[in-house]
Amino acid sequence: MNREWPLWEVFVRAKNGLSHKHVGSVHAAGARMAVEAARDTYTRRMEGVSLWVVPSAAITASDPGEAEALFAPAQDKVYRHPTFYTIPDKVKNI
Amino acid sequence: MLFHHAVRLGDDALILAQRLSEWCGHAPMLEIDLALANIALDLFGQATLFLGLAGEIEGQGRDADALAFRRDVLDFRNCLLVEQPNGDFAQTIARQFLFSNWQELLMRQIAAAAEPRLSEIGAKAVKEITYHARYASEWVVRLGDGTEESRARMIAGLDWMWRFTDELFDAETGAPSLRAEWDARIAHTLAEANMDMPKPRRGVLGGRAGHHSEHLGHLLTEMQFLPRAYPGAVW
Amino acid sequence: MYTTELKDKNSKAAPAALAAEDPERLAAFEARVASDDFIEPKDWMPEAYRKTLTRQISQHAHSEIVGMLPEGNWISRAPSLRRKAVLLAKVQDEGGHGLYLYAAAETLGTSRDEMIAALHSGRAKYSTIFNYPTLTWADIGAIGWLVDGAAIMNQVPLQRTSYGPYARAMVRICKEESFHQRQGYEIMMTMAGGSAAQKRMAQDALDRWWWPSLMMFGPPDDNSPNSAQSIRWRIKRETNDELRQKFVDVTVPQADAIGLTVPDPALKWNEARGSYDFGEIDWEEFYAVVRGEGPVAKERMMARVKAWEDGAWVREAALAHEAKRSARMAAE
Repeated sequence: MNREWPLWEVFVRAKNGLSHKHVGSVHAAGARMAVEAARDTYTRRMEGVSLWVVPSAAITASDPGEAEALFAPAQDKVYRHPTFYTIPDKVKNI
Repeated sequence: MLFHHAVRLGDDALILAQRLSEWCGHAPMLEIDLALANIALDLFGQATLFLGLAGEIEGQGRDADALAFRRDVLDFRNCLLVEQPNGDFAQTIARQFLFSNWQELLMRQIAAAAEPRLSEIGAKAVKEITYHARYASEWVVRLGDGTEESRARMIAGLDWMWRFTDELFDAETGAPSLRAEWDARIAHTLAEANMDMPKPRRGVLGGRAGHHSEHLGHLLTEMQFLPRAYPGAVW
Repeated sequence: MYTTELKDKNSKAAPAALAAEDPERLAAFEARVASDDFIEPKDWMPEAYRKTLTRQISQHAHSEIVGMLPEGNWISRAPSLRRKAVLLAKVQDEGGHGLYLYAAAETLGTSRDEMIAALHSGRAKYSTIFNYPTLTWADIGAIGWLVDGAAIMNQVPLQRTSYGPYARAMVRICKEESFHQRQGYEIMMTMAGGSAAQKRMAQDALDRWWWPSLMMFGPPDDNSPNSAQSIRWRIKRETNDELRQKFVDVTVPQADAIGLTVPDPALKWNEARGSYDFGEIDWEEFYAVVRGEGPVAKERMMARVKAWEDGAWVREAALAHEAKRSARMAAE
């Protein structure tokens, strides 16, 4: 029987202080192998201090069709944005 | 003698790297292709440094390339283990498992040794080899405790390579002090794989004295062809 | 080109299908693409877009993997430790590029195994260039210089292709390509300036790899029916002929600089156009190679099929072991 090695999504943190970034995927039979495959594939040029691998099947993604419902209301809530508030120029550090 | 020591270390790395790079484009899975190439590149790097150092110590104008491409079998000092053919993936893993676990212990010793140029190279190499040993050990477990077929092949692979392990601990040219720790590592991984230790048997020696297996001649023929066919050429 | 549209054995032209899909969604999609926005994996997309991209990306991936073989042929015989390490690193990079591209293609709904099955059965194509043999060390120089050079010309604009995962893979790939072409050109330069025997090898390699490199850019524009759609969808930025001309213009001076002669008696600088005029390509050869009749097409496929089949027990063992591990952990 020819079953496929499962797919894993790979996230790399290039430097301390940065977040993990999604860089692609690898096929591996298990977690340990996935980390090693990710290291060999995505950090060959020393581009990473930390690697996360997650089975692709474990990721829940928002539906682009729902984008309006999920994300549009934020566009109305302008009070969340710093530009909504007028502060006189002479007041510094704010 | 320091020159011979550096040559042994360089030749081990060079011949094993040459073998591993034969897998390029042919591995069971793309991810494995990348991993084996990584290990080969690390080893080519070590070979270049150790052979370069050997040439310096000798002081006769031979650089790493001169040593790699112009010596014949009698002057190569690698152990017999590394020149064994790749066989199937299990045989390749068996060779890597036995060698890298030894090389890691050896390189730790060298990194802590008195000779500064040697220890500098050793210190860099330890980090790389730790990964090689772990990679190979994990595959021994996957194959040994995988399917019936993989188990049979893993046993066969270790069986092929086992007769070449005594040479690693030879009193004069090996590292006898490492034997106990190496045995323990090997036993630990094999136990995890639900496998028995291979049966003890007579060790085959000679590599350190330039008396190799029939394989090395063919390997060198291929590796050295261009520099030998075009002696003055710069590439 | 690794990404030239080489029709699969079974693909039929289906332009009518595009119109049959939801016209509102289609219009929105086309507008997005036209505004340089990116399409991401779960977004709605026309079936033709999904199919075309799956084919192009997987073809690109197959090309990288098969491309490991002609160069891999010379790793064991590289003439110095440095050349050996650089070549091995290059071939490993190509494997890695294949991996990034397979990963990108999988986001469109296909799987690695499906794509590999398509390659091995002959249904999926890969770049024609890799069906030519590497006969001397100079071929390694020629491949790096010409083949990677041609690939780079296509890949740089693809960094802004419309499909997000493909664009991001191309950004990674372009960053890593920089040493590939330089490595090849340096080899050619060294040999062209070396011994008589080396010069001969270098010229001979250029003689054999020049025309197949020009063929990499695909059929002439008047025989590329899907070009307009590919350009609209930002899968392609310039036409085959435009890229081919650019390649000639850039590469001929590079050959001149190292004293090698491009094997084209019709090659001539055209002052009025500001470009080189060059000779007719043997399109019969091109289409024969596309059909699968390239000089070492059989060898390339045999090698890939063998690696895959010989490796089946390894892949199975890894899965079996993982299953045992999980069962043991669950039992604890």
